[in-house]
Parts: sequence; structure tokens; C-alpha cells
Amino acid sequence: MLKELFANQLTLGCAQAVVATLVALAVMLLARQREIHLERETVTALVRGIAQITAVGSILVLLLRGPGWSSVLLLAAMILAAAGMSAGRSKGLPRSFQVSLCAIGAGAGSVIALMTWAGAIDTQITTLAPIGSMLIANAMNTNSLVLNRLRSEVESHAGLIETGLALGADSKQTIAPYVQISVQASLIPAIDSLRSLGIVWIPGLMAGMLLSGASPIYAAVYQFVTISMIFSSSGLTALICSMLIRGSAFSPAEQLTLRPRPVTAGG
Amino acid sequence: MVAAPSGAIFETDHLSRVAGGARVVDDITVQVRTGEVLAVVGPSGAGKSSFLRLLNRLDEPTEGTVRLEGIDYRQIPPRELRGRVGMVTQTAYLFPGTIADNIRFGPAQQGVELQMGMIEALLLQVGLAGRAGEDVMHLSGGEAQRVSLARSLATTPAILLLDEPTSSLDAAARSEVEKLILTVARQNGLTCVMVSHDLAQAARVADRVMVMSKGRIEKIGMAGEVINAEGTFR
Repeated sequence: MLKELFANQLTLGCAQAVVATLVALAVMLLARQREIHLERETVTALVRGIAQITAVGSILVLLLRGPGWSSVLLLAAMILAAAGMSAGRSKGLPRSFQVSLCAIGAGAGSVIALMTWAGAIDTQITTLAPIGSMLIANAMNTNSLVLNRLRSEVESHAGLIETGLALGADSKQTIAPYVQISVQASLIPAIDSLRSLGIVWIPGLMAGMLLSGASPIYAAVYQFVTISMIFSSSGLTALICSMLIRGSAFSPAEQLTLRPRPVTAGG
Repeated sequence: MVAAPSGAIFETDHLSRVAGGARVVDDITVQVRTGEVLAVVGPSGAGKSSFLRLLNRLDEPTEGTVRLEGIDYRQIPPRELRGRVGMVTQTAYLFPGTIADNIRFGPAQQGVELQMGMIEALLLQVGLAGRAGEDVMHLSGGEAQRVSLARSLATTPAILLLDEPTSSLDAAARSEVEKLILTVARQNGLTCVMVSHDLAQAARVADRVMVMSKGRIEKIGMAGEVINAEGTFR
């Protein structure tokens, strides 16, 4: 229907964005009727989303005309932004920005570098930027899940962890079961994506390749390559994040610093 | 290095801690003699548990320190310190597994593999003989606290910190566990610091009583000097 009303691509895009926003707002209102208040977060996310993606589109127009190394700058900026957002989701965790930056940078960055070197990702900015961003975005989600889950596990098992410490255990040993649970839980989305590929969902990248005339078999295999890369970068991010944040949960004197609230005058 | 006062196994020296903007422990200086049982009493929020947590360095003092046999405890590696200062908490946090797994835990941290004979001897002391293989999931509150006590004793500590170890138990179990702690402490020649909000209990078990209020020592003396026979302050 919209295509018939808007001949120009830009106005068509704007109209499609308005319809998508209205549907999202309708869902928000439905949630509100159930006393689930998502208004502020939804409106902020929608405004940010449209502003950011439009800005990135404009930057891409400039970068496409620039030298090849500019894609590295773009990905580095994305990693920085992802670390900031992930850290913002985990307020109260010590050094969460530094941990997120290292985890996402090393997790997504190393997989992007390796796969580009192997030829699985084209060095052209039109390929490197979107695929790189997919890896970074998924690494960010995984990082946030690790941080949140680990914090909640440690807070709810603080008594058991401190009992271990009081018996002379090494801090890493006392927190190990909760690190394991957090990493496993954070990778559920990436594993499920890989498992359900082609059965539950056909990702946009594959649809795009088909539309641009690629062989369906190659498009399918490349989609598998992409989802595998997402799993690898998410897995590496989860491992690095858990290792780094584990150290932040304790003081040098093996005291649990990550607690629900400061210990005040108890008893 | 400052020498320990005659007979004192540890002493706190102007020990203070600020947490969440509040001075939860404020300038506590006390000496505790070898084999002595010191009860720490006071109202809720007096800083009793916070004081206890400083003694095995689960929390860091903001000012002052603790000297263990004359040595500033910040010079002792924390894991070694906690092997010498055992702790029994209000809630018995037991690790998933059997009673024996829990008893083995502390010595294993010091590289010692506890033999079954030793485990049985410890369980005999706490009235759980022959139950080493039982899963801790099935224990009552009183039994769990006994396991917690045996687990702390397994590291052969010189000092035992007890943070209201009977307050979460029913009246019958409370009396049993209290007697048990006292017996075990005397048998093993342990120095005990026991937090309690029950004055009558403090009078029954302690040699000396330290009364805390707003993080500070309000009164300290022999149990009979501080607490009446009726279980009220003199």
C-alpha cells in the first residue's frame, strides 16, 4: 500500500518508519494496560534508534567514498559505543566500562580480524561495516547478559561465597560456579540462533543476498558463516568478560566487594 | 611489630570501619586472651556483626587494625589468616554435597586431605556421628549449624568467631547448639568471640561481655559485672 502512495524512496522510507513506530507504540500501550510501564524506555529507544541509524547511514555515504581503513575507525567507534551501552546496563559493577570495552573489543574484534584475513568477510566497507556491526551488537548483548547474570548470581549467593572465603578458599574458586552459569546463560541466544537457523528464521542478510541475485545455496551457507561468527565472537566476549569481572568482584585482600548493598551496622 | 599483651591471642587497635557513609565500627580497642569467650552484645544496628567481620578481614578496616599474636593481620595473607580464624554464621551456608564434602572443604584449601577418621571424630564432637555420607539438603536447621561448626573446627582454628549462631534455630535446637559450642570451645581450647543479642545467653557462655552501641564499646567487663542474673544490664 505504501509503495503505491510514495514513489520517492526517501519518503517511502519515512512512511515505513512511521508505521513501524506506530506498531511499537501500540505494543507499549498494550503493556501499559497490563500495568507494565515501558513508556519512557520505549520512546527513548525508538528516538535513539531512528536518530542513530540515520546518522550511521549518512556517515556510511561519506565513508563509502573514503579510504578502506576508514571501516576500521567505524568499527572501533561501534565497539566503544557498545561498551558504553553495555556498561550502562550494569551500573554498580566495578570497572564495567573497561571490562566491557576489553571483552567486546577482543571478542568481536579478533573474530572480525581473523575472518577478514581468512577471506570470509570482504574488506570492502559495504560488507565489513554491516557484518562487523552484527558481530559487535551480538557481542554487546552477550556482554550485558554476562554482567547482569553474574551480578545477580553473586548477590544471591553472597553468603555461600563469603563462607568459602572465611574457610580460606581462593576468591576465584568461590565464584567459579556462578561464572559458569552466567557464561552458559549469556550464550543461549547465540546457540539458539545457530540451532534454529533456516527452521525458525531466515535472517535479513540472506534475504538481502537473494534479492541482490546471489545463489540461494551460497546465500544459505554464508548465512551459516555469519551466525557461526556471531557465536564465536559472543562466546569469546562472554569468556573474556567473565574472567575480567571476576577479578572486579573481590578486593586484593580476597573480600567480596560485589554485594547487594554495603554492609552497614548489622546486628 | 608490637608484642601481644600478656596472654592476649589477638587485640584490636582503634578498629574502625565506615560503610555507606556511616561509621559502623568506631574506635574499638580490645584484647582477647587465649581460651577466653568474649560475648559481643547490643541492640540491632550496634555494629556487632560488622565488628566480627573485621576480625577475619571479610571487610577492610577504614582505620586501625587487628593484631594476631602481636602481628598486624594485614601482614598475614588473607587465606592463611582465615585458616587460623574460623567463623560460624547466623545462617549455616552449606555447600551442595555431603556432610563429609563440607567438612573436607576448609582443610583442602590448605592442601590437607582430611581422612574419614578425622571427619568422623569431628562429627562425633558435634553429635552427628555416622552421618558423613548424608546429603546436606536433608538436614534440619540445628543439624546444619552443627555441620557448620564441625566444618569450621576442621581447619583447627585458634580463634572461632560466632555470629549469632543460634538465633535462627528453634528453642530446643538453640539450647543444644549453645551447649555444644561451649563444650567444643572448652575441649579444643578455642578463643571465641560470639555475637549475640540474647543477654541471658551471653551471661551463660561468656567469660567477658562487650556491650556495643552505635559502633562503639559502651561497656566491657566480666559477664557477672555487666549482666544481672535476670538477663538485664547492670
